[in-house]
Amino acid sequence: MMRLNPILSQKIIKTLLWILTGSTIGILFFIIIYIFIKGLPQLSWTFLSTNPVDMGRSGGILATIVSTVYLIGIALFFATPLGLGTAIYLTEYTREGLITKIIRFGTESLAGIPSIILGLFGFAIFVIAFGWGWSLLSGGLTLSAMLLPTIIRTSEESILSVPQEYREVAFSLGVGKWKTITRVVLPAALPGIVTGIVLSIARSVGETAVIIFTAGSSLRFPSSIFESGRTLAVHFYILAREGISMPMAYGTAAILVLLILIINISAYMTMRFLMKRYS
Amino acid sequence: MKEKIIEKILTLLAFSAIGVLLLITVFIFKEGLPVILKAGIKDFLFSAKWAPTKGHFGILAMIISSLAVTFGSIVMGVPLALACAVTLAEFCPPRLLVFLKPTIELLAGIPSVVFGFLGVILLVPIIREYLGGPGLSLLAASIILAIMILPTITSISIDAIQAVPLLYKEGALAMGATHWQAIWLVILPAARSGVVTAIILGMARAIGETMAVIMVAGNALKIPSSLLDPVRTLTSTIALEMGYSAGDHRTALFAAGMILFIFIMALTILANLLMRKK
Amino acid sequence: MRFNQFRLGVTLFLCLMALSCSSKNFTHSQALTIAGSTSVQPFAEKLAEIYMDINPKLIINVQGGGSTAGIKACREKVAQIGTSSRELHPNEGDLTKIIIAKDGIAVIVHPQNPVNDISIEQLRGIFSGKIRSWSRLGWVDKPIYFVNREEGSGTRDAFESLVMKKGEISDEALVQDSNGSVREIIANNPQAIGYISFGILNHQVKALAVNSVIPNLTTIKNNQYTLTRPFIFVLPSQPTPLASQFVDFVLSQEGQQILEKEGLVGFQ
Repeated sequence: MMRLNPILSQKIIKTLLWILTGSTIGILFFIIIYIFIKGLPQLSWTFLSTNPVDMGRSGGILATIVSTVYLIGIALFFATPLGLGTAIYLTEYTREGLITKIIRFGTESLAGIPSIILGLFGFAIFVIAFGWGWSLLSGGLTLSAMLLPTIIRTSEESILSVPQEYREVAFSLGVGKWKTITRVVLPAALPGIVTGIVLSIARSVGETAVIIFTAGSSLRFPSSIFESGRTLAVHFYILAREGISMPMAYGTAAILVLLILIINISAYMTMRFLMKRYS
Repeated sequence: MKEKIIEKILTLLAFSAIGVLLLITVFIFKEGLPVILKAGIKDFLFSAKWAPTKGHFGILAMIISSLAVTFGSIVMGVPLALACAVTLAEFCPPRLLVFLKPTIELLAGIPSVVFGFLGVILLVPIIREYLGGPGLSLLAASIILAIMILPTITSISIDAIQAVPLLYKEGALAMGATHWQAIWLVILPAARSGVVTAIILGMARAIGETMAVIMVAGNALKIPSSLLDPVRTLTSTIALEMGYSAGDHRTALFAAGMILFIFIMALTILANLLMRKK
Repeated sequence: MRFNQFRLGVTLFLCLMALSCSSKNFTHSQALTIAGSTSVQPFAEKLAEIYMDINPKLIINVQGGGSTAGIKACREKVAQIGTSSRELHPNEGDLTKIIIAKDGIAVIVHPQNPVNDISIEQLRGIFSGKIRSWSRLGWVDKPIYFVNREEGSGTRDAFESLVMKKGEISDEALVQDSNGSVREIIANNPQAIGYISFGILNHQVKALAVNSVIPNLTTIKNNQYTLTRPFIFVLPSQPTPLASQFVDFVLSQEGQQILEKEGLVGFQ
């Protein structure tokens, strides 16, 4: 049997792999560029600063931006202390054991729960059982369950990366444990924690299923967290799917993708900056 | 004293994630279980007749569709993702890697509705024109999902490949293997459990995806007989009908969610076990 | 130092949250939620928009969700007004029903589809899966893709009782969850057929004459066009004053004129 020359077959395979990788990255750039080409021409200051009129056929997207900000604010308000607390407990107050295993299992499982299941849950508990109806509060609380794992994981990593000497020096100076954590460890870990929070924001910006079920889709400008609201992503979904207005849909999509790009790139930059500083 | 209280509070906070998970489990089961018992487990899981307002609660067609879509996305997505992972981890100059890895991860951040939308306006017409059928199909959903799970699988696989001790590779190269032979015969087998974990997590993401699937799958209730048939997954049924449901219909949707939840938990536990084995 | 800034940020955020909560009282005294049929939703939104212009202090939230959900929301007091695009079921008799307008169900195809007329029997044949090719309707031999609405939709309910009678819609049907998305599918597929609210009709699709009657405001009003159904507001037996006032506005001449301008037929 003739065997292919290993050097030659390596060349062939390498070329093939590069082609596949190139096309994958090509798909990514295609998606972003396509959305930008169609959407960026729609953007203007008026588009961002006026409310939608006529179901979004005309006007802008201000109300949906405000709803998005509210929703993310509420979600972070609940998820940050819980997530940070969990991370501090895992890193500073306990050793690896059964309890940490259980907590880690819970975190990982929660991270895998699909948006739609969380939506069902939030609908059953907040919208119906608590009687809050479709509201930014119901949506934000449900969303916080989704962000919790991300915040726990990134906070834990960045707290762990704080050099042990920091703590030892503080302890040797007679500083209490909690004070050491709040004055020494957390400030050093803060940039990493913030990066995690920022990444979780990127995730919430693009979320739809969980939000339609819990925050509803009212297009009004929300004046309190007990009202329903429509986020950017939900607005885009409804505009595109119901064929209400394609230019408006592309414009909204461009804003969505732009936001996610900016958030991801800035989070990545901070991370790189930190890695350089600590290494 | 103060330290003690703080520790107590933190312990409490630490159980938030598992607490939420329990709460979700309790609520989904509490809402979903009664209707399954009422309809009978057999009729629920193994009948394809779904007309909840008329008292038929069979979700077989949806289970099959969900599995078909997930399988399709794995078949298309995994080879591509592994190719990317190997290329980036082994052939790519480190300077390019620090740029390309986050770029691929960025793909994971693009909202699923954007994927679904592009699927509808770009992919569906191509399938309809050149392959036949209504275009909205199992194939369209699989392709879109394959693209969506690609970053998850790629990123975790890169980590798994990079975690293989350098010694393995050097040993293989020293024995005269080419770089590719070292990858294929030594590195990939050593990274196997990490790669499998990546694939399982990708599957979990695919089976749970909703909005993109609703937009491109066509949502017909029939059990698909070809790649070009429209399909309705568990997730799309929940999202399509939730708003419109009441009474038994609503609980039946929770029951469908319960089945989905069980699938996802099984996959998550599997992934966890694999990771621990390493 | 940085951590102090972080704390300051958190405090500020807390204050903002507190403000946003206290600026509105918890009871929704000036807010009205309307939920239900996605067919009624655009019209309810238009009415709400104009009514809020007249009463700037009032807040009206209009939600979709579907007829059944709207009726349920009204009963559970999640919404003060439920909307429905189908008649109430016997077990929903505890609620007050107010017909606000009449709507036609338009049978639509792609503009390039040469078929112009369809009979109820043909329609039933298509949706039950018995007529599978466009050649049976005098066009080419290509498969028919028919688009249904999801279980629980008021439009589907009406379509089933008006067209299908006792027969069932085949499970091969594509399913979409709103008038708009049905229209989008038809507009993009020359071989597709579906049904939507007459008020949602636009140039992207072509409405077929049913039993040789073209749907328009006149034929719907005088019942010549057979596929019609009422748009209904559902109120609890003791509606809130705001809800009653809004209903009065909708039934007033002004409200009815708005609906007619949007493509519906007044209830008279």
